[in-house]
Amino acid sequence: MKKEVVISVRELTKRFGDFTAVDRISFDVFRGEIFGFLGANGAGKTTAMRMLCGLSFPTSGSGTVAGFDVVRSGEKIKRRIGYMSQKFSLYDDLTVMENIRLFAGIYGLSGADTRTRAAELLSRLDFAPERHSLVGSLPLGWKQKLAFSIATLHRPEIVFLDEPTGGVDPVTRRQFWELIYEAADAGTTVFVTTHYMDEAEYCHRVSVMVDGEIRALGTPSELKRQFAAGSMDEVFRILARNAKRGE
Amino acid sequence: MNSIEVRHLSKSYGKVNALNDVSFEVERGELFGLIGPDGAGKTTLFRLLTTLLNPDAGTAVVEGLDIVSDYRLIRERVGYMPGRFSLYPDLTVEENLRFFAALFGSRVEESYDLIAPVYRQIEPFRHRRAGKLSGGMKQKLALSCALIHRPSVLFLDEPTTGVDAVSRSEFWDMLTQLKSKGITMLVSTPYMDEASRCDRVALCNEGSLLDVDTPSGLVARFGAPLFAVAADNMYLLLQESRRIREVVACYPFGEAHHLIAGAGFSPERFAAALRDKGVTGLSIRPAVPAIEDMFIKLMGR
Amino acid sequence: MKNNFIQFVRKESLHILRDRRTMLVVILMPAVMLMLFGFAISTEVNDVRVAVVAPVRSDGIREAVDRLSRNGCFSFCGYISEQDVDVKLRSGEVLAVVVFDADYDRTLLQAEQNIPVKPPVQIVVDASNTNTASSAALYLQNALSAERPVPTVFETRLLYNPQMKSAYNFVPGIMGVIFILVCAMMTSVSIVREKETGTMEVLLVSPVRPLKIVAAKMIPYLGVSCIMLAVILLLARYVLEIPMSGGVGGIVAVSLLYLVLALALGLFVSTVAQTQVAALLVSAMVMILPMIMLSGMLFPVENMPVVLQGISCCIPARWYISAMRKMMIEGLPVAAVWREIAVLCAMIAVLTGVSLRKFNDKLE
Repeated sequence: MKKEVVISVRELTKRFGDFTAVDRISFDVFRGEIFGFLGANGAGKTTAMRMLCGLSFPTSGSGTVAGFDVVRSGEKIKRRIGYMSQKFSLYDDLTVMENIRLFAGIYGLSGADTRTRAAELLSRLDFAPERHSLVGSLPLGWKQKLAFSIATLHRPEIVFLDEPTGGVDPVTRRQFWELIYEAADAGTTVFVTTHYMDEAEYCHRVSVMVDGEIRALGTPSELKRQFAAGSMDEVFRILARNAKRGE
Repeated sequence: MNSIEVRHLSKSYGKVNALNDVSFEVERGELFGLIGPDGAGKTTLFRLLTTLLNPDAGTAVVEGLDIVSDYRLIRERVGYMPGRFSLYPDLTVEENLRFFAALFGSRVEESYDLIAPVYRQIEPFRHRRAGKLSGGMKQKLALSCALIHRPSVLFLDEPTTGVDAVSRSEFWDMLTQLKSKGITMLVSTPYMDEASRCDRVALCNEGSLLDVDTPSGLVARFGAPLFAVAADNMYLLLQESRRIREVVACYPFGEAHHLIAGAGFSPERFAAALRDKGVTGLSIRPAVPAIEDMFIKLMGR
Repeated sequence: MKNNFIQFVRKESLHILRDRRTMLVVILMPAVMLMLFGFAISTEVNDVRVAVVAPVRSDGIREAVDRLSRNGCFSFCGYISEQDVDVKLRSGEVLAVVVFDADYDRTLLQAEQNIPVKPPVQIVVDASNTNTASSAALYLQNALSAERPVPTVFETRLLYNPQMKSAYNFVPGIMGVIFILVCAMMTSVSIVREKETGTMEVLLVSPVRPLKIVAAKMIPYLGVSCIMLAVILLLARYVLEIPMSGGVGGIVAVSLLYLVLALALGLFVSTVAQTQVAALLVSAMVMILPMIMLSGMLFPVENMPVVLQGISCCIPARWYISAMRKMMIEGLPVAAVWREIAVLCAMIAVLTGVSLRKFNDKLE
């Protein structure tokens, strides 16, 4: 696999008054990689991700996402990324097709593109019979798959997933990870923020954030070896045990 | 002697069948886990057993008392910790504890020995408002409040959800300690890996129980050879593995994929077949089934 | 279990005391509203409408009227007959009437020669608002005596004014709104908050009857309301100088009745609403708005279309405001408001009955 850097961050820092939410973090993420961005609630994950998405300016440090500067080109970054969160992703009171059309419009897809990609999406997920169902009436697992597919509808270079698989059954969860693997295989970079450590096991590489700093970075097996731990959960417990910050 | 007996319990909300003919029993002093995803009916079951809801069909008995006819008596004997730790954010740690003690006609001092192992950890913060506590501290305070009247049965609905891994682990240690005091505990969780901390678990999904057994008993009954396979390209590996006839199932399982082998499966032939398909860096080794593997298998039935 | 109850009340009081901003609003709001409506709005004597009763149009009288109408403070509303004085004042058409004697000119001459005389001018002022009334009377006298001293008799009449021309009428209106706001809205929000945080589930799964908890919730709010009632009554009596000649005891008793009704209303809202936002919306849209519009606080009920008058009968504030007007402004005794009291009692019975039926100790 040739390693093309799509996210590159150096000494990125965000301060709110005298509180340093994100403290000089540096890392690279490569094309087609599934990158786990881990940390407890309050460790600074969300703040860091906001800066990467161009939603918030860093206090100091630099970074590029999809080739654009996070300080100067936030708007251009937004057009090249997809975003999906467990909390919000689709409108429950719209049908599957209406959601697809809405987000296609938001991402600026042409009418023809929207039609072909919608048809493709529905057939890949086996959703065609449900295209006129309200999203709110679908089971949670279906919603998640649909949300992911819609977040990647405009073929973004990077898709940001915020705690994507919490609360679903193991089978649905695996179907979801297969979608992620498929997207990564096709060259999309997947950036997963989570505090569920078992989601971390599925990532190619993970970073662990504690008190605003990145304390560990590597493949799950490297980290488990480094900390002599049996699982990512244990690795995290070792790292977070001395955390000063609560939620 | 059973502390909880559930017989053919069903409950629906409108068209949604939240709980569908569920039966099981929990022995006195047992730490019993209810494991399943959102929508499995865990919270509904808790609300039925804590007498907050009445069942549509079936019966249940808690400490020998019927959940419908003796509900007032049950309420005196059980402790309940709902999901999203139910505390008053504007009251201090101590005020919360005092109030819940008063609610059960008790005083903090009377049960201090019981709650001490839990409460002592947050006691230094007793003048802090509950809303300003971290998730782990809220969890400990909520547990202290649920224990304050010395209940004989404790219902804990997803006590570890939204809490970091360190606090989760500490919390299970505390439950194990409480078990030694003879308190029966029914704990629900969506985390499969927490099953091993329970004496027995019920796997539940979409309102039904898939199976009930000890954690080791469950995986012992997995009954099929399981392998962990990995390669450079995990997605290709997944797709190619499924094309091989001797493979019953192959699914992502963290860093590796888990593969259930059928009759006539040979790891060597499998490796050779995949190499032909262009899969590089293949590794295959026998794996020990986890609760999650069993859950997937039961769901497939 | 008695000790528990005190603990519950203590806990509710803590909730209230911890929320400083709300507390401040609650204490300051009645004072600010009273001052705004009752004081700041109408103390300046400006454009006082004056009518004149003159049996004859003598030179002296014409000269005096001339002086009045040229004065910027007054607007001269014409001559009226003596019988009309009461009507004109009651209807609010005029604020003051100057009544001249037929032998005004001669009496003034006698007065100049230091012969003792009966005052030839009488000033009748509507004193529903004492501030305006006393200022107006003084101005009038000054204007009449500009060239030579005119012996004048003042007669201030306490005429209540159903057309809402007087600031006094706002006092009962404000009381009606504030008590609903505090008792109904705040109790319902505090009950619903327990549903939201999930603490209601724990409360239900305890041996304590939920009604006991709800009752404990109401006591601190009742206390807060009593403080507010005291503040309002003190301000009304000593700052706005409302006489309350009907007796303070009756006013307090009917107000307490109304507070209980407001609490029952809050309990009712809390059985319907599942979230705090819903409770606030229900309180604001279903209670406060119609209350302000239809209770007679702003617009007299008597002038409304029949349909709206019918609807206004269902609004508790209408009856309370009506009772308060009678007792505070018109100075009638409690016996005169028996009808209002009966309606308030009936409303309490219905609301409590419905709420108790809906409020069970299960989740459905």
